[in-house]
Amino acid sequence: MVSLTINGTVHEVDAEPDTPLLWVIREQVGLTGTKYGCGVAQCGACTVHLDGVATRSCSLPISAIMPEQKIVTIEGLSPDTSHPLQKAWLELDVPQCGYCQSGQIMAAAALLQSNPDPSDEDIVAEMTNICRCGTYNRIKAAIRLAAEQNRG
Amino acid sequence: MTAALDVSRRTFLVTSAAAAGGFALGFNIPFGGGEALAQASPEINAWVMVKPDETVVVRVGRVEMGQGTLTGLAQLVAEELECDWAKVTTEYPTPGQNVARSRVWGNFQTAGSRGIRDSHDYMRKGGAAARQMLIQAAANEWGVPAGECSVAKGVITHGSSGRTTTYGKVADAASKLEPPQEVQLKDPKDWTIAGKPVKRLDTVEKLNGSQIYSIDVKRPGMLNAAIKACPVFGGKLKSFDAATVEGMPGVKKVVSVGDNAVAVVADTWWRAKTALDALPIEWDEGPNAGLSSESIAEMLEEGLTAEQAFVGNQAGDVKAAIAGAAKTVEAVYGFPYQHHATMEPMNATALWTNDRCEVWTATQNAEAALATTASAAGLPVGQCEVYRLNLGGGFGRRATSHDFVRQAVLIAKQMPGTPIKMIWSREEDMLHGYYHPVTQARLVGALDADGNLTGLHMRISGQSILATINPQGLQNGRDPATFQGLNPSGTEGVLGYTIPNLLIDHAMRNPPVPPGFWRGVNNNQNALYLESFMDELAHAAGKDPLEFRRRLLVNHPKHLAVLNAVAERAGWGTPAPQGVHRGLAQHMGYGSYVAACAEVSVDDGGKLKIHRIVAATDCGHAVNPQQIEAQIEGSFAYGLTALLYGEITLKDGKVEQENFDTYQMMRMDEMPAVESIVMPSGDFWGGVGEPTIFVAAPAVLNAIFAATGKRIRSGPLMNADLRRA
Repeated sequence: MVSLTINGTVHEVDAEPDTPLLWVIREQVGLTGTKYGCGVAQCGACTVHLDGVATRSCSLPISAIMPEQKIVTIEGLSPDTSHPLQKAWLELDVPQCGYCQSGQIMAAAALLQSNPDPSDEDIVAEMTNICRCGTYNRIKAAIRLAAEQNRG
Repeated sequence: MTAALDVSRRTFLVTSAAAAGGFALGFNIPFGGGEALAQASPEINAWVMVKPDETVVVRVGRVEMGQGTLTGLAQLVAEELECDWAKVTTEYPTPGQNVARSRVWGNFQTAGSRGIRDSHDYMRKGGAAARQMLIQAAANEWGVPAGECSVAKGVITHGSSGRTTTYGKVADAASKLEPPQEVQLKDPKDWTIAGKPVKRLDTVEKLNGSQIYSIDVKRPGMLNAAIKACPVFGGKLKSFDAATVEGMPGVKKVVSVGDNAVAVVADTWWRAKTALDALPIEWDEGPNAGLSSESIAEMLEEGLTAEQAFVGNQAGDVKAAIAGAAKTVEAVYGFPYQHHATMEPMNATALWTNDRCEVWTATQNAEAALATTASAAGLPVGQCEVYRLNLGGGFGRRATSHDFVRQAVLIAKQMPGTPIKMIWSREEDMLHGYYHPVTQARLVGALDADGNLTGLHMRISGQSILATINPQGLQNGRDPATFQGLNPSGTEGVLGYTIPNLLIDHAMRNPPVPPGFWRGVNNNQNALYLESFMDELAHAAGKDPLEFRRRLLVNHPKHLAVLNAVAERAGWGTPAPQGVHRGLAQHMGYGSYVAACAEVSVDDGGKLKIHRIVAATDCGHAVNPQQIEAQIEGSFAYGLTALLYGEITLKDGKVEQENFDTYQMMRMDEMPAVESIVMPSGDFWGGVGEPTIFVAAPAVLNAIFAATGKRIRSGPLMNADLRRA
């Protein structure tokens, strides 16, 4: 059994140590908002926060995670879809199919955490997740909107 | 007998919805459960259900995969219904229910940018008929003529008495009325919900992880399957050594699937995949083991000058025009295989018993998925059902070929009573696509002494989608879809240029690689070939590419109007910023007219930057302008990804690209600014999900020529040296 702290709850999970965090989150813990896209840390659909850092969970074995480390998934970003990024995403109607958006939002949330007022260059440097529907321009605008609203 | 009873019960519930005092089936599957729930909510007609709390449920046969169709169709129904938009929700009927009700919801297939343009009429009529019935019910209750009543936002008012009631209150009575024989639809000029940039109905769930996609389905007692099919097209499974992996954690069973695949079933998918990767498998690679991109290119090159070809568009005498030309221009273009690469890999969950089979999946055509289910299950269609889950992208991959559904059912059939969720790894998904077909084209243009285009021969050589996917769609062997956007007439995709001597023909060459409908389909290469070549001709004629096109478009004002719109907005003919160069393209497809002007720069090292694209769309009626803009932006991301990186290559009969590290996608840093001009001219219904893709690549290629003097005639650009000649 491996102990993981996800969205503030400690989960004892039955999984082999080399199991990627993504699949433990999806299968053993049952939170399906975090998505499988490539399995090789290329697309970012699986992005979660590990101690506040955007992390591609498909390529992180659970053996590399300490029980006290804090994992946050899209379900834990806010209790009521009220994170400034979620509100900005809603305001600008960002998602199309939506499959990549959990990862996009988690990547953007980590960016704003470390850089509350990112320039366009900062945004494109950090936001490397793939969106096949092509919502990139709205994602960029939503990050700017959320940053503006944070500034008040 | 359980299944038979189940079906008749469904039929009974649906057909007796009104008589039974307001029972109707709810078709929503909010938790991926898929159970058809009986709800105490009156069904006014197939399209509209009104709940006592005034919620209006619009049923949609087409499917949402990101393109906004669900919201657009709901807008059209709500417009005619005159209900409160804030109270509108949607749900999907199942294909089994569609069959049971004589296909009352029409065609489920969602492809060809047809979601709205092919269903607006019956859905608007559904909304209008429901409005009349609801008003009639109120009038009956009050004992007044319906003509004295009006409605706004779901509140019905009797003019002279001022009495009011609501849709929710009269819905039960309305559901018992005979539907009207005829309905009057609103003039789009009077629209207040349709035609407006309202927000999508399906966003919140996509922001907090609660949206359930096919890959997220959970069923009681469910097991998970990972699968490998022979990586060589047409190859078979020879043998596998199940004993090697049967003791691995979580593994329940190792099964062959059809004649070409093997799957491991385990408690979790990761354990199934881990065991599958450790499973010794031998393949019989079959007749295509020697297939390569080079051998396919040779097939196509032969077709460029072959005698026999199917004619798509013809006028005058092109041979004579070329022979008598003051100047001729000739070029050969190519368009490589592309993969759909939906973010959500193919997957399906199946539950099979002796007398019933149910499937939960993401599909662009649930009726086709149902047919595949029945066939694989060995059961009548009436004993099968498919529940539609959200799609993590479609782009045509989930439209026609339900190979993944077939596999899931074949696995489930070997474990009766246990739901099996089968998920393809990304690698499996890359290797088993239905790829954008491969073609080449040879174009020869004839110019007279004044630089006028007097003749054009466009020979397309390459793969037909229909020949593999839908052979009955061929016309005496000819694939009409090959000529998308190049047709002499019709409402779908007409060539805008009037050229006195013209021949567009197709030498069909079909390599043994499965082709499929890939967003934009054959318009993609047709527009790239023709719009790049028009640019070549303009330069050879010493003319401005815009002026050159304008003269040839005089007989097609809608084509011309979108071209003029982008030229004007982009400032064609005025100086661009330092180092920035412009390129144009226009095309008509899926009933819509599109044009683009791209602005690019190429630095001394050959690095391309696409700064801005101005794009115009005339789709006749624009149901939701902000969602059309989203489709325009998304089309550039999709089309430019193909131009920059998209190339599926083959070696030893296998696809060489297995994941996003070798099959790259455009990311945010490469996405240009997009300025959209939505310019609906009315009186027709064109699609918007695909058309902009057609002009993405040629506009950029023409701008690259302006910047570098280099004419790139085959993608992807990652293989090209863009340094100035």
